[in-house]
Amino acid sequence: MSNFPFLSVLTVLPLVGALVVALLPRRNPDLAKLVAFGWSLLVLVLSVVMWIAFSAGGDRFQFRESYPWIPTWGVRFTFAADGIALVMLMLIAILVPLVILASWHDAESSKRSVPVYFALLLVLECTMIGVFAAADVFLFYVFFEVMLVPMYFLIGSYGGHQRQYAAVKFFLYSLVGGLFMLAAVIGLWVVGGRTFDWAELVNADISTGTARWLFLGFFIAFAIKAPFFPFHTWLPDAGGAAPAGAAALLVGVLDKVGTFGILRYCLPLFPEAARWFAPWALALGVIGIIYAALLAVGQNDLKRLVSYTSIAHFGFIGVGIFAFTTQAGTGAVLYMLNHGLATGLLFLVVGMLIARRGSAMISDFGGAGKLVPLLAGVLFFAGLASLALPGTAPFISEFLVLIGTFTVNKPVAVIATLGIILAAAYVLWMVQRTTQGTLNPALTEVEGMRRDLNLREKLVVAPLIALIVLLGFYPKPVTDVINPAVQATMQDVGKTDPAPEVGSVQEAQR
Amino acid sequence: MTELKLPSIEYGAIAPILIMLGAALLGVLVEAFVPRRLRHWTQLLLALAAVFAALAMVVVHADTRLVTIGGAIAVDGPTLFLQGAILILAAMALLLIGERSVERGGYFVAQAAVTAESADDRRQAEGASGATEVYPLTTFAIGGMLIFVSANDLLTMFIALEVFSLPLYLLCALARRRRLLSQEASMKYFLLGAYASAFFLFGVALVYGFTAGTPGRSAGVDFATVHAAVSGSPASPLLLFAGIALLSIGLLFKAAAAPFHVWTPDVYQGAPTPVTGFMAACTKVAAFGALLRVFHVAFGGAAWDFTPVIGAVAVLTMLVGAVLAVTQTDIKRLLAYSSIANAGYLLVGVLAPSKDGLSGTMFYLVAYGFSVLAAFAVVTLVRDADGEATHLSRWAGLGRRSPFFAGIFTFILLAFAGIPLTSGFTSKFAIFAPALDANQAWLVVAGVLTSMVLAFPYLRVVVMMWLSEPGESTPTVAVPGGLTAAALMIGVAATLVLGVAPAPLLDLASGAAEFVR
Repeated sequence: MSNFPFLSVLTVLPLVGALVVALLPRRNPDLAKLVAFGWSLLVLVLSVVMWIAFSAGGDRFQFRESYPWIPTWGVRFTFAADGIALVMLMLIAILVPLVILASWHDAESSKRSVPVYFALLLVLECTMIGVFAAADVFLFYVFFEVMLVPMYFLIGSYGGHQRQYAAVKFFLYSLVGGLFMLAAVIGLWVVGGRTFDWAELVNADISTGTARWLFLGFFIAFAIKAPFFPFHTWLPDAGGAAPAGAAALLVGVLDKVGTFGILRYCLPLFPEAARWFAPWALALGVIGIIYAALLAVGQNDLKRLVSYTSIAHFGFIGVGIFAFTTQAGTGAVLYMLNHGLATGLLFLVVGMLIARRGSAMISDFGGAGKLVPLLAGVLFFAGLASLALPGTAPFISEFLVLIGTFTVNKPVAVIATLGIILAAAYVLWMVQRTTQGTLNPALTEVEGMRRDLNLREKLVVAPLIALIVLLGFYPKPVTDVINPAVQATMQDVGKTDPAPEVGSVQEAQR
Repeated sequence: MTELKLPSIEYGAIAPILIMLGAALLGVLVEAFVPRRLRHWTQLLLALAAVFAALAMVVVHADTRLVTIGGAIAVDGPTLFLQGAILILAAMALLLIGERSVERGGYFVAQAAVTAESADDRRQAEGASGATEVYPLTTFAIGGMLIFVSANDLLTMFIALEVFSLPLYLLCALARRRRLLSQEASMKYFLLGAYASAFFLFGVALVYGFTAGTPGRSAGVDFATVHAAVSGSPASPLLLFAGIALLSIGLLFKAAAAPFHVWTPDVYQGAPTPVTGFMAACTKVAAFGALLRVFHVAFGGAAWDFTPVIGAVAVLTMLVGAVLAVTQTDIKRLLAYSSIANAGYLLVGVLAPSKDGLSGTMFYLVAYGFSVLAAFAVVTLVRDADGEATHLSRWAGLGRRSPFFAGIFTFILLAFAGIPLTSGFTSKFAIFAPALDANQAWLVVAGVLTSMVLAFPYLRVVVMMWLSEPGESTPTVAVPGGLTAAALMIGVAATLVLGVAPAPLLDLASGAAEFVR
């Protein structure tokens, strides 16, 4: 079974589905929705089979496939997945069906073709899977850029207020990052012996100065994508304007490409440069944690608020990556998964709330829990997960990041911990202003606010809640997969470095 | 009394040129003897047949490497590749030129000599059958371009330059609508083109002077002599540098590089759109073909001296093209500035002194030619009662009116922006990689930075088409006739194929990337 070409099939499958859905008659939107949903379930099933086939203690990269593409440049369709990529692929496979289910009526309000909306979601799934499955730098770049196109149309055509502005800003920011990366990709190809194969490039001999420039080219692209402070300004606009389902995918998965790229490309390919830039990256991470959390506290728009919380969380992930300890690294990767689940849930719930009220302004709510108790409860849970309450999955990852960082860099860990307090502030205050306290009389007059969660919405939130709780108590199946990959990455970085563990031991002895 | 020695001529190798020029002359006869109602189709078929016959000859001689007619014409890899490219792109342009179902009577005016905006002029604008002289003119231009890319001495190159420029000046003036704009474009192109030709000729004279006194050789302007002189002439290098500078001005003018680009937006806007497409695709191939040959073959030894200057021109061209494209409100002007920026990228490839640089530039020329012809083909279709609706505000909401054509245009714009899976991306890669290889990172960085700027205007058009609501003035998209549809489909298909599977053309280009001297 492990010879089955999982990764290429997983990449192509959603694309085929997108074509099928796009060709379905426009007059029958329900058929398109069902086909899209069924198709994404098919992808999920295949992903689960792949997860089972992955042997956690085996090779670092598994399911490797390679087919020639452009021999003149040594470009190949090379797919391979390590533990980190596997986790992200699983996250995509879980989120997409739920997003499709949650977006059941999203496209209808926009006067645009409903089948196309779902086809775009499937195209997005194809490109997202491709970007995590690629083991060829050129192929990775192709998916990295093409990913923009479906997202651009999802935001621009089906989004809310200010969608054009948000779509263009999103596209331009990402494209700018992508072009920096293109220059670095070409440079890497030239100095790396005219190959794009990741496995060969890792061993390429690149001079220090060149490596730093190339690192910077990749890092800027990933920092914009993630986004890290100060490249973050596009996310609140895009997240605020995108339809809730697309926004969940945007912050839940798409942005992880940035942190994933740093782990897969920046660190192993340019280890010396990564160590050299690490203090700066840590500083950006810490600033992001505090600054974005402060901004989140001040937001009045629900979706923008969630977007800012994500930027703060990406600060945590960045800190975890650049602390260069296995603990922090594992925490960061686990955070990528948990953040996808928790923030994905938060976005979807907020979307349900907004769809009912017809407004995203927090001030338009108040005491909503009296009208829709179940929805309010789920919002509260999603908020708690997002602030990393013990017992929910994000707690474990945040904790791992903090202790992993503390062993090597106390100031950063201490400042980052402040972020947890701020997280409590923005989440709890948001929950209080929307669902608790006295009932806003205007709410009772809104028809939608009298309907609590229906069966479809329960089906959307239930799996996410279950996973968040499950992974909060028993993350071992995931950490088992992540750990070897993170260790290997840290080894790549630490080749000539005095191992970070040594420093921590000395610290402990003192 | 020495006997006059005639140079030997390899007729087979220069057959493409002979076919095109012969067909052009035949076209003039057709104009005189064939009844008016048959002329359009006769001319179109004649021109297309000639293009395909010439193309067949190029393919037959694909392995020919020789210098013929006393060293005037070099038939080698780049020549054949670029001739093939010009012929294929010209065939697409001819399809657009021959379209008559979109606009009654075709895109060309019946009698250009009628005073513009007069009553007679308005009458003939209403559907009088367009002038069929455009076909011989186009055929002459194609013939000239074929000579231009194969010229092996500077004088042949000059003559070829005139042979393809003069018909283009005329073609620019033949738009059916907006006659004044068209005539202004033609006049501007002609005057500036004449200056540029003069510069070129003066440069030839200086280079001739420089070659005098080279040990073991008599003075001359064939590339072998110039090449020998660059390293061995006792004359002052000032003569050489001035010569290169003046020659470059002439060539860069045709290539639409800054600061010799000012004609481009006006001419692209005023000329009949199929002719604009023809210029954007074929003239670009011809101009860069000549630039490649001059810089690689004749002045290769002085690369150290001219690279910084031409590099600066390239950066300026990219900047001017990208920055000014942002401010444009007319789609044809926008595409003109985009073509200027692309000239800058192509110059980056010209300056990479390697086989990869040469093949990358040739690949870029072909890829860009297909895309730009497809873009102008769409422009010819978006129209209202007054002809083409080129103002950008009129394109608002086009995606709702006709998603198919808006989708095609979006795809082409994404290709221009260099998004992967389009030829725009592979061709950028093909150009930037050899430049980095040649330690010219500054050109690549400039290219990347300007690409970012340039993405904005493209994206604005996409936003306009898809995300804006259609207004009352949103024009409809005309149903394309078979000819336009064919050209459009070829262009779009090539843009996609060269983006997804560029290997065959890349191999062809790198197999052809060697000059003979």
